[in-house]
Parts: sequence; structure tokens; C-alpha cells
Amino acid sequence: MSEYEIIDHEHDVVVVGAGGAGLRATLGMVSGGLKTACITKVFPTRSHTVAAQGGIGAALNNMGENDSWQFHMYDTVKGSDWLGDQDAIEYMCKEAIPSVTELENFGVPFSRTEEGEVYQRPFGGHTLDYGKKMARRACAAADRTGHAILHTLYQQCLKHKAEFFVEYIALDLLMDDNGKCVGVLALCMDDGKIHRFRGHQTVLATGGYGRVYFSCTSAHTCTGDGNAMVLRAGLPLQDMEFVQFHPTGVYGAGVLITEGSRGEGGYLTNSEGERFMERYAPTAKDLASRDVVSRSMTIEINEGRGVGPNKDHIFMHLEHIDPATLHMRLPGISETAKIFCGVDVTKEPIPVLPTVHYNMGGIPTNYNGEVVTRKGNDQNAVVSGLMAIGEAACVSVHGANRLGTNSLLDIVVFGRAAAQRALKIVEKGASHAPLSKHVTDKILARLDKMRYAKGDVSVGEIRNSMQNAMQKHAAVFRSNSSMNEGVKKVDKIANSLDGVGIKDRSLIFNTDLVEALELENLMQQAIVTIKSADQRKESRGAHSHEDYPDRDDKDWMKHTIMWLNEKNKTKIDYRDVHLNTLTNEVASIPPAARVY
Amino acid sequence: MAEFALPKHSKIVKGIDYPLQSESENPKKVNVYRWSPDDDENPRIDSYTIDLDDCGPMVLDALIKIKQEVDSSLTFRRSCREGICGSCSMNIDGTNTLACLKSIEDIKGDINIYPLPHMDVVKDLVPDLTKAYAQLTSVKPWLQSDSRPEEGKSRKQSPEQREKIDGLWECVLCFSCTTSCPSYWWNGDKYLGPAVLLQAYRWIADSRDENTEERLNDLEDTFKLYRCHTIMNCTKTCPKGLNPAKAIGEIKKLQLERK
Repeated sequence: MSEYEIIDHEHDVVVVGAGGAGLRATLGMVSGGLKTACITKVFPTRSHTVAAQGGIGAALNNMGENDSWQFHMYDTVKGSDWLGDQDAIEYMCKEAIPSVTELENFGVPFSRTEEGEVYQRPFGGHTLDYGKKMARRACAAADRTGHAILHTLYQQCLKHKAEFFVEYIALDLLMDDNGKCVGVLALCMDDGKIHRFRGHQTVLATGGYGRVYFSCTSAHTCTGDGNAMVLRAGLPLQDMEFVQFHPTGVYGAGVLITEGSRGEGGYLTNSEGERFMERYAPTAKDLASRDVVSRSMTIEINEGRGVGPNKDHIFMHLEHIDPATLHMRLPGISETAKIFCGVDVTKEPIPVLPTVHYNMGGIPTNYNGEVVTRKGNDQNAVVSGLMAIGEAACVSVHGANRLGTNSLLDIVVFGRAAAQRALKIVEKGASHAPLSKHVTDKILARLDKMRYAKGDVSVGEIRNSMQNAMQKHAAVFRSNSSMNEGVKKVDKIANSLDGVGIKDRSLIFNTDLVEALELENLMQQAIVTIKSADQRKESRGAHSHEDYPDRDDKDWMKHTIMWLNEKNKTKIDYRDVHLNTLTNEVASIPPAARVY
Repeated sequence: MAEFALPKHSKIVKGIDYPLQSESENPKKVNVYRWSPDDDENPRIDSYTIDLDDCGPMVLDALIKIKQEVDSSLTFRRSCREGICGSCSMNIDGTNTLACLKSIEDIKGDINIYPLPHMDVVKDLVPDLTKAYAQLTSVKPWLQSDSRPEEGKSRKQSPEQREKIDGLWECVLCFSCTTSCPSYWWNGDKYLGPAVLLQAYRWIADSRDENTEERLNDLEDTFKLYRCHTIMNCTKTCPKGLNPAKAIGEIKKLQLERK
């Protein structure tokens, strides 16, 4: 094995990732006096939170509609198709109010109402009075809310002199012989040196893994590195079969057009010019949950009513909206439509298609952000020293389908919660126990293997095969035969990784190596995703099974958890859905048919 | 005696030519600056001819195609591919911009790609932005306010007050503007440059920020602010259509007004 120079760091807490969740956690920890390292593979403001558009959900009730967190909670449980844990959902919707107010106090440039309050717009699945009418609950900064929040959180971290390690790629968790996480090993891209970060808590805020698919709204860097590190640490991932397709990705380019554009009055039509969502969701129409809208669009296309020469997409209209409103409320997507499809939104519709957008599944945690696993009958066994937050985590507040605006909310609420928890359980300045050499050596051996990979297949080639297989076999609609075939294909493609070759042997900013490491991470998640999907014999939320078109609460109201071993073999188990609420301020919401 | 020779490794040499692998009706040559600190070589220009009929519409698509299919050692930053993360800023066809927003169709002849001008190069198209980030931190780019909002409440801000920061807060920190500024090229160690001054003004213009005086005091400096000579390259080059020159002008105006 190569000799690497290893630089050691000791902190109270190590945060991996500097998107909204990682920064909110870092901010809370640093301002509370914990010595915190925040490691990130891109400069913080380049994390994918920056691309969130429409808004952050919180029942601030600024629009005078008697909104409440109880309504928000009901909508979220219903949106999750009753796979969400109600204790965590209660926590999120209640804490939304102080968390978002705090963001304003930090300086987020929210749009404003005439009264000078934070502006709120309607969003898919968010209603008043338990589904009676649409709510204006999405707190927005024009259509660049993620940018506004991410930059503000970075600014606050600067104010509190947080310690960042920028352009470091995390390689693997340091797990001691008792299964406790004691830190993380990372590669500094700038000079190729290895850094060993020790922390009493390691917080994974590494985001989603949208790039397992060919067409996604996710950034190139959304490779779910934390999820893969958890698998390699011998821990399971949860509910990985639930992948959200956003109804309005730009046809071809795949870039996102916010649901907020439908919140501001936009609507979808098919080749007959029909506003077809009125048929599928009579009350919410174009603002039904994302899984519902994406399925409806796919049915329209499959039945021959798609638009364009190949009848393979749908139109979204904004041209009936006052240009001044578009300019004020939707400037970002107006620009995006112009650049990526040459469309002037004041005059013509945008060609759109359901596009992979979000991973409801991830690292199982409790509402404090602590990673949990199943040990025998204990379904909620806390993994010592390890936390996960944001899209990487599965708390689970999104269940089988996430509502728009609940992702920005998730990262802020649980970033904050993780900081509060760490402040409670970590003893400041406590010393770190010595770590056996073999822990680091094993990780470096894996790095070395990839660094000197001499095979004849390129990273790009294998990545393409994987992305195409996932796109085809783990799509909006799934079936036994398609998924069976997908499992076989993905397994075979995963084996081809042994024949990968990289050309760049340098240790300075070696993106060839980094992309190969990311591909390995993606591949492990692809296996778990398609196998989790293949075993769930029902339709729930984003998992639409043609052979089992109904939700089956008797047998399947449970979280899938799946492990992956070094030979890419999986092991499956389940955890119960928490139907109980956190407090008696609200009653548990019993399962019901989902109608919008 | 003064030495008038160019520094080591200043001269860019011709590099490797990668011809098209197959027939194409729509070939395009992409000339890319390459340099790695690993060997003692001069920077070079590698030329890749690609088939535009099998390539996405943006310059970033071309770079990714080259990295994926021809030369995986080609090094550049990229992430969101939709112009919001600011990673892929570089000099394309003579102008600093984001590769993901720059349409190939708009470029006549070969596509020439260099890293952002006048920054240290880490490798190929990756500039070292450490100094620019430190300058950003130096203007304390966070909300400063002694008065506290009512417990559990937002600060109030009218739509008119809020409008004053439009065109400022949307900056993606790509530093295309800063690295297009001749004044920054000369005095980048002391002059803050347009991107950072835009951020400084973003807080001066925000009705919620109460530290305008101190912010203006900090900027009242021959170098930090007044090295801006209104050359306007910043505004011309901004891939997001922002106007840093105007923001700098507003700061100068405020400095005059309070004298």
C-alpha cells in the first residue's frame, strides 16, 4: 500500500457536508461552544441546497388563513402515504415555526407581504382544515429560497468562526471495534493528503443520491457518499425504494422548474390542451402531491396524450400570469426556461417531464438526528457516535412521498435538533480513545485500489450503464418483471466495477479518482434501491407497483431496512412505522385513502 | 538589476490533439488549457474535436463529454449544471462565465477554454479561490444588528425595502466579475474586487442591518474600494446578469454623502 501522509484532527463533533443541514448543525454546535469541524467536498455555498426554489414550509400564518402546525402535520402524514413516523412529523411541523423565524432573524432575504411579513405561497399537498382548501404555507425568497437560506447559513457560520475543511472528500467512517463511530477519514483534494478527523459525534449531512439515475434534477455532486459510508460500516439504509420524481423537470435538460410555479397559478396540459389534473385530483388539481402529479403525467403520456413530435412530454403554462408577477415571484425559473429550452414563459408553455428529484430513504434516525438500527427486537437501537440529517437521513418525516417545501424544512429543523442533541450528550474537550491502526488501513486500502485501478472500462461508461438501468427499472411505474430484470442488470453492472480504470494518478485535485469513488458509492445505493423496490409488494407513495396497485397497510405499513456486505449481497429487515405522536397536543392520524 | 524574463511556466505550449473517433457532420474543436503541478512542464493547450450531434447544448456538456469519453484526467469544477452553484466559472471564448450557462451554439469557430484569469491555478481549469473567499469574510457578510427582534417574531421589512436588495443577494460567488477586472489583476491583494463589494453593499442596502456606518468606515480605503475605476468589465461579464459596478457606485455615493 502507498504511504500516505496522515494529518490528525481532534474535535468534539465532526460534520460531514455543508449543505443546509450540515451548516445549520455546524452553526448550532459552534455557537453552543462545541469544537466542530465541517468537512465538505464543495465550497459550502455550492452545495445542492442552493438549487432549492419554491419555499420552506411553516405554518407562520402570515397570509391570514388560520393555518396551524396541526394542519401541516396532517398534510405531511397524508403526503407520506402513512409511512412517515408521526412523532418525528409532529416535531418537524411544530418546530418549523421557530426554526423558520430564526432563519429570518439570521438574515434570509425572504420575499415580503404588504404588512412586511415573510411571504408565503401555495404548494402541492399543503392544505387548510385537513384537505378542504389549499394553504399558503411555503415561505419564499422569490424562487431562489434554497440559495437565500444556504448563503445565510454560511454567513452565520462565518460570523461564529466555524472551522471548515473545504474540498475534502470523506472516504469512510472510523468505526471502532465496539461498533462505535469515532470520526471520519477524508482526502484533501487540494494536496492529496489524508486527514483523520476524530469526533465524539460524527454527523452525516451528505445529501441525496439522485445521480444513480440518468435524468435527475440533482447536481453532479449528489452521490450520497454518507449513505454508502453507512452501508460499508455494516449499518442499514431505510426505505430506499422511495424515490421522488418531480413533475416538472425541463424536458431534455432535466433541470428543475419549481412547484411554486403551479403555486403561483401555473397548470399542466396534455396534447388535447386539457388540464388533465382536474380529472385525477378534483380538489387540489395541479397542486396534488408530487407522486400523484407525476403518475398522472406518465399515464397521459402512456395513453398517447403527450405533447411534442414524439408525444413524450407535457406542457406547463405560465403565460396567463401577469408578467410583473412572474418577474417578482418566479424570476429564476423564467431565466432557466429561457436558457435551457429557449422558452419565453410570458408567451409559451414550458416542456416538462417527471424527473428524479429526491430520496425519501436514507440513514434511519430518530428525531434527535441519532442514527438507529435494528438489533433483534430493539428496532430503535442508537448507533453510538453517529448522527445523520437532511436528505441523507430517513427520520422518517417524508415516508413514501415528500411534500414540496418539507425538504428545506427537514434540513433546518433536524440540523438544529442534531446540534441541540450534541450539546446535551457531548462533553466538551473530552479526550479521544486510541484507535487501532487496522481501521485506517482498511480504508486506505480501498482508496489505493481505486487510485491505481488499471481496468479498461471508464468511470463514465459504468456510470452510464447504471444510470440507464435505474432509469428504466426503478421508474415512476414499476412491475415484478421489470424490477427482477433491473436487479439482475444492476448486479452485473456493479460487478463490472472491478474492471474500472482511471487515468489520473496524481494526488492533486484528482477528479478522476473522486468520480470513481463517487461511482462506487452510487453503485452500492443503486443495488439497495432496486432490491428494496423489488421486495415491496404494494403501491405506496412514490412506489407504484403495477402488479400490486393498492396500498396494503396490513402487510406493508413498515419501513424497509437493508444492509449490504462487501460482496454486494443484501440482507433485509423491517422497522415499525411510528403511528404514535410525540405529545398529546395532537392525536395520531389514522390511515385513510389518499384523495386530493 | 531588474530581471525582465517571464516567470517560470508562463509560456503556454501546444499540447495533444485528440481527433474525432468517428465521422461527424457537426464537429467542433475544443481547445482547453491544461496544467498540473505534478510535473515540471509548462501549461499546454490540448485540442479535442467532438461530435456536437452527440453532445448537450452547453459548454459544460462538452467538457463532461470529453472527460467521460476521451480524457478522464481533464480537471474542472462543476456541480448544479443550472447556473446556481457557481462552481464552473471559467474563461470561455474570451469571457468569464459559467460553463453550464454558456451555449455552444453562441460560439463561432473553436471553443477556447482557460481558467479564470489571474488567479493561481490548482490544476487545469481549477483556480485557487482561497484569497477571494478570505476577502469575502473580511467584509463581515452577515446581518449585523444590535436591536433584537421581538422574541419568536420575524423582523419586519416592507416590499419596497426588500426590493432594494434585489440584484444583490442572488450572487452565486463564481468570481467571474472579480477575475475580469484589470484593477483586481493589479491589486488583487488589497482591492476587494466587484464580487466582494457587491456582497458588502448587499448588507448596506438591507433595511434590517444596523451597522452601515461601520461597514462604510471599513470600506473607506484607497485600495479596498477606490481601486474600482468603473471599468465595468464586472457588469458586462456577470453570468447572472447582476450589476456589481452599480453596487460599487452606490457605496462610493454613500461615502461622499456622509462627508
